[in-house]
Parts: sequence; structure tokens; C-alpha cells
Amino acid sequence: MRKKELKLVVTFHTTADAMAMEKACKEYKAPGRIIPVPRAISAGCGLSWCAALEDREQIVSMMRKAGIEEEEMHECMV
Amino acid sequence: MFPKIFLLVERMDKEMIYLDNAATTMQKPQEVIEAVAAAMGSMGNAGRGVNDASLSASRIIYDTREKICRLVGGSDPRQVAFTCNSTESLNIAIRGLLKPGDHAITTMLEHNSVLRPLYDLETNGTSLTIVKSDANGNFDIEDIKAAVRPDTKMIVCTNGSNLTGNYVDPKPIGEFARERGILFVVDASQTAGVFPIDVKDMKIDVLCFTGHKGLLGPQGTGGLYVREGVAVRSMKVGGTGVQTYSKVQPVQMPTVLEAGTLNGHGIAGLHAALGYIEKYGMDKIRMREQELMWRFYEGVKDIEHVRVYGDFSTKNRCAIVTLNIGDYDSSEVSDELLTEYGISTRSGGHCAPLMHKALGTVEQGAVRFSFSHYNTDEEVDAAIKAVQELARDEES
Repeated sequence: MRKKELKLVVTFHTTADAMAMEKACKEYKAPGRIIPVPRAISAGCGLSWCAALEDREQIVSMMRKAGIEEEEMHECMV
Repeated sequence: MFPKIFLLVERMDKEMIYLDNAATTMQKPQEVIEAVAAAMGSMGNAGRGVNDASLSASRIIYDTREKICRLVGGSDPRQVAFTCNSTESLNIAIRGLLKPGDHAITTMLEHNSVLRPLYDLETNGTSLTIVKSDANGNFDIEDIKAAVRPDTKMIVCTNGSNLTGNYVDPKPIGEFARERGILFVVDASQTAGVFPIDVKDMKIDVLCFTGHKGLLGPQGTGGLYVREGVAVRSMKVGGTGVQTYSKVQPVQMPTVLEAGTLNGHGIAGLHAALGYIEKYGMDKIRMREQELMWRFYEGVKDIEHVRVYGDFSTKNRCAIVTLNIGDYDSSEVSDELLTEYGISTRSGGHCAPLMHKALGTVEQGAVRFSFSHYNTDEEVDAAIKAVQELARDEES
């Protein structure tokens, strides 16, 4: 297994929200990718968005613009 | 204008002329067929994992939500929930919004997919007013307004009659309903994909549609668009791929209404169908269908013994012509059309019992000819000729 790093992990209420996130990130050129929700996080949707910690601000502002609501936003080892 | 890409089914050594498109559009765009086949070879279960196959299903399903949302003038693709058909959508909307003690208003034009859920709720304390139709298959919006009571919760009505083809403009009803704080549910089974729909402009709270008619997608696809802020109770609960450890169904759209694996393969076909409609243009498709319908209507309306039902005083109507010949049983006419002429129509009752009552065709039923943009002038002319010959037989 590769070495874990501290990352930003955004979780969602529904798969549709996660898909909307993926589309919006592509559109706004925001970094990150879909990953399965890490075990450490108890969350709704099985899909989450994972990005580097330093991208947090960009991602949060993009989500507000795109009208995507997160369930939770974590910093955790992924 | 449109390529004839589907092999015609042969029956009794004749090419079949398929004029039952209001039941289902038999000929689908080739890309729909290919999309379903491709999906069946590559698609995983949407939202049930983060492998490529599962994500590809999630993506195509989300993209289809976006296309539907655009098509109906919605504001958020996540307000589109998928179902198997209009009947399921209407059951969800009607049962999920009405409670015992509520009053609902509908019309005599409706299909059983509207009437039966309402009748069923009536046995459980919901009350119902059914606005009457005239002999041409039209109702008066003033009758809807007059039926409103303090406990009226919902007006549910069709966007186009499956029996007469009469188009119903939802906008004046929607504006009235919104003003009075009444929910407005529209059955777009016969119109989605063919007629412009704008849920915001028409003040529609829930729009119910099927994928296999005007939308040209596979059977087993359909859905509903729910206005933001309208909370529809789920009829079924279960696996959603999300919130696994919660004992209750998630409340967020669209998951609240989508327990169980979606028809991903079918939705992939619907996705391709929506792409086809976007490419060719809904207006072009509708105008061609209507052109064929008017050609047929003009050809049969003055034939002796032929009685055409519905309102043909307006150009804006679904591509449906329903008729009877003399006192012939409609099933007999339909069977003769098939066996002697290779023409597929629908006869009998059309799941619209009150509409038949208004037209006076409960006993006789009626023969429905319904057109697709894939039909040709020659097919229409053959159908006119067949009706002429059967009507001539009536004389002898």
C-alpha cells in the first residue's frame, strides 16, 4: 500500500451530488478526484471528492458557485 | 427527411405500417439501440462503487438528469428522479404528496395512471373532483377553479390526451394553482420530447414523463421532475448506495425516490435518445409528426361513416387521430387493418375510461392512429385508403 497523506475529503448526501461535484470540478478546473469514502469518515454517499489540503479554498468557493452542498468536509489521512 | 434505419417487421407478407406510436415509438434512433448495447457490455452499478464501470454508470445517469432538466426548463438536474415509466412517476407524485383529508382535482381526460392512484386514495380519506369534458374532449379551466375548496391540495392533469390527442396548455392551470398554493402535477406521457415544456414558466410542481414514447428511449425508463422545495414522500425504500447505516431512506432528491438499482442500461439509451432529439430538434420532429397527422385527418374526416374524435380546430395537438367506422366494433376494424393492410393501430378502450364516456365510445371503443416522424407520406396514404375501403364495406 502506498504511503498515506493528509488530504481534503468532501463527502455528499447523494451520488448525484458527487457526480455534480465531478462535473463542476472539471468545468471550473478544480483539482481532485472521486474516491471511495475512507473508513475513518462516517458519511452518507459512498463517493467522495479528494484533493490536496492547499486546494481547500478553491474547492469551497467553486462548490458555492456551482450550488453543491457537502455533507461533511474532512482533513484526513488518505 | 429522417433516415429509415430500422428494419420493418414483416407480417403476413406485407410490410408493417406502424401507427401505434402513442403506445410506444417502435422505431428508435439507431444510436439509442447502440447505446443500450454498449452499456450492457460496460456499465456497472451507479453509485455502488468507485470502479470505472460503476463511475461510468453514475456519470451517464447524471448526464441524463442534466439533459432532462434542460429539456423541461428545470433549475437543478438533481431534481430529476428516474422511474420505470409514467405510471410509476404519477403514483409517486400522487401518493407521495396527498394525505387523507386532502382534496384533489383532475379531469375526465386522464389516463388510468392518474385516475387509479386517485381512486385508490379515495378509499383512504382523500377526496376527488373530476372536471367534466365536452364531447370534443376539452375541459373548461373555469370548472377547475370552481372545484377548489379550502382543503384542495393538488391539481393533476394531462398535457395531452392519449385518446383524442387534444393538447392541454398547462400554463394557465399552473398559474392559477401556484397563486392558490395548490400543487400542480402534470402527466406529460404523450408530450415529453415532442412539445416544449418549461416547468418554471408553466408553474409545474411535479412533471411526470415516460422515456419510451416521444422521448424515443427504451421501455422501462421514465421519471419525474420535482420543483425544489416540494417534498415527495418515497413509496419504496431500500438500497441507495448512500447513508448505509441510516435506518431511514435519505431525504435528498433524487435518492429519496430512487431506492434500488436504476435501469442504467435503459437510461443510457434514453441519454442517446435525448441527444438525438437535441441534434434533430424537437420542433422539427413535432412539425413532421403533426404534418403526417393532418395529412391523415384530411384524408379520412369526410369519408362517409367515419367519425373522428377530438378537437381539430387548433393546429397544436398531439399526432393522434382516433376514429370509428359506422357501428363496427373498433377491435374488428383494428384487426382488419392489421391482417388485410398490415397497419398497426390500437383499438378498444385506451386506459382512459372517462374520456371514452365523454366521447360516447365506452361500448364501441375507438381506433387510434398515432404517428411518428419516422412514418412516411406513403404510409399515411395507405392508411387513408384502408379506412376508405373499410368504410365502403360498411355501406354494403
